[in-house]
Amino acid sequence: MNAPIIELRDVSKHFGEGDARVDALRHVSLTVMPGEVVALLGPSGSGKTTLLNIIGCIVEPASGWVKLDDEVIYDGRMRRSDLRRLRLEKIGFIFQFHNLLPFLDATDNVAVAMELAGKSDREARRVAGELLEYLEVGHRRSALPAKLSGGEAQRVAIARALANRPRIILADEPTAALDSKRAGIVMDLLRKLAAEQQTAIVVVTHDEKIFDRFDRIHHLRDGLIEQAEQIVDT
Amino acid sequence: MNLAYRDVRHNLGRFLLTCLGLGLLLGVVLAMIGIYRGLVADALTLVQSLDADVWVVEKGTQGPFAEASRIPGDTREAITRLAGVASAGSVTFQTVEATGPASKTRMTVVGYEPDRPGGPTRIVSGRGVGRSHYEMVVDEGTGLKLEDRIRLGRNTFRIVGLTRSQVASGGDPVGWMTLLDSQRLQFDLAPSAARVQVARGAGAANRDIVNAVIARLGPGGSAESVAEAARRWKHLSAMTQSEQETILTRSVVDRARRQIGMFTTILLVVSAVIIALIIYTMTMEKLKQIATLKLIGAPDRTIVAMIVQQALALGLVGFLAGAALIVAVKDVFPRRVVLEADNFLALAAIVTVVCIIASALGVRAALRVDPATALGG
Repeated sequence: MNAPIIELRDVSKHFGEGDARVDALRHVSLTVMPGEVVALLGPSGSGKTTLLNIIGCIVEPASGWVKLDDEVIYDGRMRRSDLRRLRLEKIGFIFQFHNLLPFLDATDNVAVAMELAGKSDREARRVAGELLEYLEVGHRRSALPAKLSGGEAQRVAIARALANRPRIILADEPTAALDSKRAGIVMDLLRKLAAEQQTAIVVVTHDEKIFDRFDRIHHLRDGLIEQAEQIVDT
Repeated sequence: MNLAYRDVRHNLGRFLLTCLGLGLLLGVVLAMIGIYRGLVADALTLVQSLDADVWVVEKGTQGPFAEASRIPGDTREAITRLAGVASAGSVTFQTVEATGPASKTRMTVVGYEPDRPGGPTRIVSGRGVGRSHYEMVVDEGTGLKLEDRIRLGRNTFRIVGLTRSQVASGGDPVGWMTLLDSQRLQFDLAPSAARVQVARGAGAANRDIVNAVIARLGPGGSAESVAEAARRWKHLSAMTQSEQETILTRSVVDRARRQIGMFTTILLVVSAVIIALIIYTMTMEKLKQIATLKLIGAPDRTIVAMIVQQALALGLVGFLAGAALIVAVKDVFPRRVVLEADNFLALAAIVTVVCIIASALGVRAALRVDPATALGG
């Protein structure tokens, strides 16, 4: 059996001290296997984004143990540059509003992630072109983000997230800005990627239209995972 | 891929407009530097064009430019006889307003003895003063032309020669006439005033007065020893050419020089603040993009390079625009604007340093951006 790609044990995180202390996460444990597409669901302030930030090597937990793709992080030995490298090499991010760089065309928006990882300009552009073709936006490769439709921009953002062949994809409300048809297309695409590349995908969402596209849904409330709901039989 | 270049190219119109604004400011800085240099150059133009080695003036003065100096006209003969002196000439200086064919012209008139030191050295058209009276050589800056006639005092003078870029320390163009004419112009009383003097029994005033005697040295002559010898006369003082130039730059134009220097410094500080604000604003507008770049793994040096490169590009293009502007319009200024290559290079270096320092504010803001801000709406 495959080892989990994401493994969190007893992770807690609080902000502020004393009367101002807010417990964002309380003893949360979570495991995501390769190829799994998992949703984090919960009301505002339930700890979804904090959990995503901890998995994304952005926020260090106050306590607990985190392992990403066989690498234990936040163990006191990792420096900021190591966490940056992990983000660059192992994690792809998809945002609610695509967050493409407005001054780069679709190809360069994808290529920039590869160049940051050390690929040559020529190679990065070649791979970016292939990824855009794969995501069926190859015909828009020279378009600036402002000229792309919401669905096209989100697919370019997904291509950027996939650029360095990450083991983990973290998506924050990836379908919030899309209509139900395009939201379904994007989620089907993510499921396809998870299956084909054995990538673990964690999605923060409120979008009920896409609940049936997840393997599991974790409900969060007040920093606790209240319930894990199995949706698709993997 | 160069992110700074791509960002600039994407917002090219706005970037160029910002550069133009900065260019205008840097153009003003360059203009001030040029005016400052022009002031110094103007102050020295006349004194250098007279090509003297020693200046003999009234005792206890720093004349004839910094202070009034009046010495007897026969002083020249005594100076000529000093060892080491090849030639000497008496000179007078006065500022006049001449009535020309078109309008009134303000100029500094130098009275000199033809064939002796003190006359115009570079005549660009016409000839030098050839007659004892009523001829003048003037600078083109007066607006006068050959054969124009101007009224000075009670006499009319004909323009027989023109010089170029010959100005006095005040910036007024220079005119030359014979010493006799200049003495009459300077010391002759108006007819009514002269009649009053005669009625009082004062008689006619002695007008064989000059403002200075300038001496040129022969081979082996020493300016210091000639000056020393001239100082032995109790009514005379003497200074070398370099001492005269120092007096002009340190004393005559010093206050104006410092004033412009202060203003130039303030302009540079204002430019630095404006560049810092522009870079800071440009950075603040990109915080979400910077957060995204950091989130996907961009190292700090990529972010810093993007901001510093844009700051340098802004400064460079702004500087080039300012330099082009001032080169195009510098001859329109009423006074000389002198800009040498070293002025441009110095300002370019200052702008580079200012841009790097100014970008620090933007860099600080960018480095403090939390990558997590890229997540969420």
